[in-house]
Amino acid sequence: MSEQQVDTGRRRFLTVATSAAGGVAAAAVATPFVLSFFPSERAKAAGAPVEVDISKLEAGQKINVEWRGKPVWVVNRTPEQVKNLPKLDGKLVDPASEVPQQPDYCKNPHRSIKPEILVAVGICTHLGCSPTFRPDLAPADLGPEWLGGFYCPCHGSKFDLAARVYSGVPAPKNMEIPPHKYMSDTRLLIGDDK
Amino acid sequence: MSKQQAVLDWIDARFPLTSTWKAHVSEYYAPKNFNFWYFFGSLAMLVLVIQIVTGIFLTMNYKPDGTLNASGVPVAFASVEYIMRDVAGGWIIRYMHSTGASMFFVVVYLHMFRGLIYGSYKQPRELVWIFGCLIFLCLMAEAFMGYLLPWGQMSFWGAQVIVNLFASIPVIGPDLSVFIRGDFVVGDATLNRFFALHVIAVPLILVALVAAHLIALHEVGSNNPDGVEIKKNKDPVTHIPLDGIPFHPYYTVKDVLGVVVFLIVFSAVVFLVPEMGGYFLEHPNFDPADPLKTPPHIAPVWYFTPFYAILRAIPSFAGTQVWGVLGMGGAVVLIAFLPWLDKSPVKSIRYRSTKFKVMVTLFIIAFIGLGILGAMPSTNVRTVIAQIFSVMYFGFFLGMPFFTKNDVGSVATPARVTDNTGGRQVLFFVLMALAIGGATLFAKMV
Repeated sequence: MSEQQVDTGRRRFLTVATSAAGGVAAAAVATPFVLSFFPSERAKAAGAPVEVDISKLEAGQKINVEWRGKPVWVVNRTPEQVKNLPKLDGKLVDPASEVPQQPDYCKNPHRSIKPEILVAVGICTHLGCSPTFRPDLAPADLGPEWLGGFYCPCHGSKFDLAARVYSGVPAPKNMEIPPHKYMSDTRLLIGDDK
Repeated sequence: MSKQQAVLDWIDARFPLTSTWKAHVSEYYAPKNFNFWYFFGSLAMLVLVIQIVTGIFLTMNYKPDGTLNASGVPVAFASVEYIMRDVAGGWIIRYMHSTGASMFFVVVYLHMFRGLIYGSYKQPRELVWIFGCLIFLCLMAEAFMGYLLPWGQMSFWGAQVIVNLFASIPVIGPDLSVFIRGDFVVGDATLNRFFALHVIAVPLILVALVAAHLIALHEVGSNNPDGVEIKKNKDPVTHIPLDGIPFHPYYTVKDVLGVVVFLIVFSAVVFLVPEMGGYFLEHPNFDPADPLKTPPHIAPVWYFTPFYAILRAIPSFAGTQVWGVLGMGGAVVLIAFLPWLDKSPVKSIRYRSTKFKVMVTLFIIAFIGLGILGAMPSTNVRTVIAQIFSVMYFGFFLGMPFFTKNDVGSVATPARVTDNTGGRQVLFFVLMALAIGGATLFAKMV
């Protein structure tokens, strides 16, 4: 057993300093690994706007468009369907679209630029399923008060034909309206409104 | 000295072979009264080996590629079909792997239930239990990520739903879900990272945790159906527990019997009902993933349904659906806290009060009930039943500190272990029949 004096304070300082420096180095080395989990430049670039021709979309019909890998619906609502929208206000969570789930130019009773043409990201705000288009009036499974809308098969969330969510269902918010604009009367650009 | 002994001595001087064998196998003394419930630990190890071996061979032909091939089918989906149709023996290997996934949960759920009824998580086995819970968590991650790989409709939409669970966390949620997916939607990036995690990262952690689970168990010794600490009664001369028998050959032989019966069941599933009526392999998963079309009914594989039912049962309020997510996460995490929630001085259910037995029964009803409801499309009535069962599930854990206080049955825990014969065997079969019958009846009624 050595009789040498051990400077424990110095030893502790060196241990802590070495650990701290090692910790910083470990964190620095972890950075590229963590960053690699974020979307790549290629994935980010894939979000370009999509152009749609809606001249052949008849009243009451819906088409699906893929934008950023998500389904975007374009629905040509009949005048009667548009007229029915305010009747549901009492049953909805956010009838006036207060939550910013749409661009400002779609914060209106029909949530669209043209009253009859609805453009919405077809993804349920609950857990990301794509709801089913159910324009039929009073079907057996959705009850006699159903005026047409969207029904999510995953967890039973219901939306009206302006993609506004009903109260008492799992989804908390209205569905998202993407930025969009009309290039001409029948040509729609989804993903860009400038 | 024989040649064999000389070789062994040479090794032992350089590596603790004999002493490790003795400590963990030939001189590991396990209680002599193990019953049916004690098969499932070794069976879980068997399934782990099956999964690793079949998994290695599957990776030789599987391609984690979400892009479309020349005929417009995703490459990953097509590679699984290739394994099933063109690779010699491929279909057996894949069905072993898919059946193994479900059987893993069968044996692990039974293994965990054993721990619950015999108090195997109680002092001094808290860490054995915690390692076990971490293994369960890893298994869930492994199963979830593995399910994405065939890139079918259910793979895709199941992953979509689960990754979006994270998006519901306030503030960081949306960015977190992008971080997990590596893209704004579930796509090729997601598929590739899930593949990497499924075949390398999680299995490594899993194997390490299994080692920790066993080392901790062999340090403190196994519990048993009587909840008697066999180390309290040792032979004064040899210091071997009087109620203990060496793991080898006694329990190796017993476990071989379990393995034989298990493999009969396993083979029957692999060869006769590999899809198990849509519960082991769901029907929508035979269609390639389509990001634009959600299948009409999304249900997770059966082993996740109890937790999924809890998720669905909790409505969104205050503008967020994070509560359901918290409920589901809490339901899993709470299990790890059992050692501290249970205040009873008694370990085994045999010597606990009627009150505790009633509570365990209610818990089992809730758990199986949630499992059945989680596999079905939701209706108003089913949601209400699921809400009642969720309350029972959480009530069991959160009420435990209260109903287990001074929880002592009419018969005191004996000093030495007892036999498992006669009435106990009859009771076991009656309770099993009741549970299976009750579950079937409930499934028919809702």
